[in-house]
Amino acid sequence: MRPRYTRTAIVLHWILAPALFGLLALGFYMHDLPLSPEKLQLYAWHKWAGVSVFLLALFRLGWRWRHPAPPLPEQTPAMLRGVAHATHGLLYVLMLAIPLSGWLMSSAKGFQTVWFGVLPLPDLIGRNPALGQQLQSLHFSLNLLLLALLIGHIGAALKHHFIDRDDILRRMLPRF
Amino acid sequence: MKKRLPWLAALALIPAAQAVEYRELQPAASSLGFQYRQMGVTMDGKFRKFSAQLSFDPDKPAAARARIDVELASIDTGSAEADQEVGSKPWFHTAAYPQASFVASSIKPLGGNRYEASGKLSIKGRSQDIVAPLTYTPQGKQASFSGSFSFRRSDFAIGEGSWAAPDIVANEIRIQFNLVASGGK
Repeated sequence: MRPRYTRTAIVLHWILAPALFGLLALGFYMHDLPLSPEKLQLYAWHKWAGVSVFLLALFRLGWRWRHPAPPLPEQTPAMLRGVAHATHGLLYVLMLAIPLSGWLMSSAKGFQTVWFGVLPLPDLIGRNPALGQQLQSLHFSLNLLLLALLIGHIGAALKHHFIDRDDILRRMLPRF
Repeated sequence: MKKRLPWLAALALIPAAQAVEYRELQPAASSLGFQYRQMGVTMDGKFRKFSAQLSFDPDKPAAARARIDVELASIDTGSAEADQEVGSKPWFHTAAYPQASFVASSIKPLGGNRYEASGKLSIKGRSQDIVAPLTYTPQGKQASFSGSFSFRRSDFAIGEGSWAAPDIVANEIRIQFNLVASGGK
């Protein structure tokens, strides 16, 4: 049998994939809304989901450390191997760095993050509007980078599946 | 012996000196803050501009008077967007109601340095009777009056329309005050 990702890795991948796109879309959408109860509600949901993604990404990284990814096909050129590993590595970095930047931004802007309205996250930095603005720029830039990487990631997966007709995508698909 | 006489005279004056009446608010040393909950998150802010007409003699609390006026446009919520929003019609409607006021009708001693101020709180053309316990702390020629009380924003139509439901911005608003006054003439 061909090597596949573990069932846990597959589940985590397919929970996080829509979560990341949902959070990206929500983030872009809510930012331009005028101040309203809906906007505050959406910000709270965005933050709760962001904290959840951070924890899932952390768990996923830990899982991957104990259960290494199946190797790439032997014929993969060294250059593409490097690109694949760099992209995956950077995706993990961003899945952790983006929520962190959002959490710090919230603290700097004076809006503490309380996970699901129940569990308050400590404010690691105090209220500081100028720093909040910088963190907002950072949060935005990191998300643009994430979006670019996701497009590349999906493009590569589809290319493998439909053009190369190998099992790179299939090994991450759930088996029905 | 003769030299001690002025001292004795000064001693005789001390009880009179203690019965100082605090009248002059020291705005730089005073603070007026508020606290509320927004979707389970405790938020706070303050007002930068307020004035007070005070008259408080700890020996005669029954004669004490207090009136505090707050410039609502001087609010600092921590976010410029929110500062602007709360001045709008659904919130304070500062164009029509620029000030909030509290006028004490009685200041009752609770024992020690504790007192209880009762009076009318007026915001946005609406008034409610409130009771605020406070602690009086003399500090040299000044004294501070600090305490807190809560009110419901719905009683004053603060946050109308889509903001009225308390599930985003809670109904209860807590005010924390620390008024520093110096002795008047």
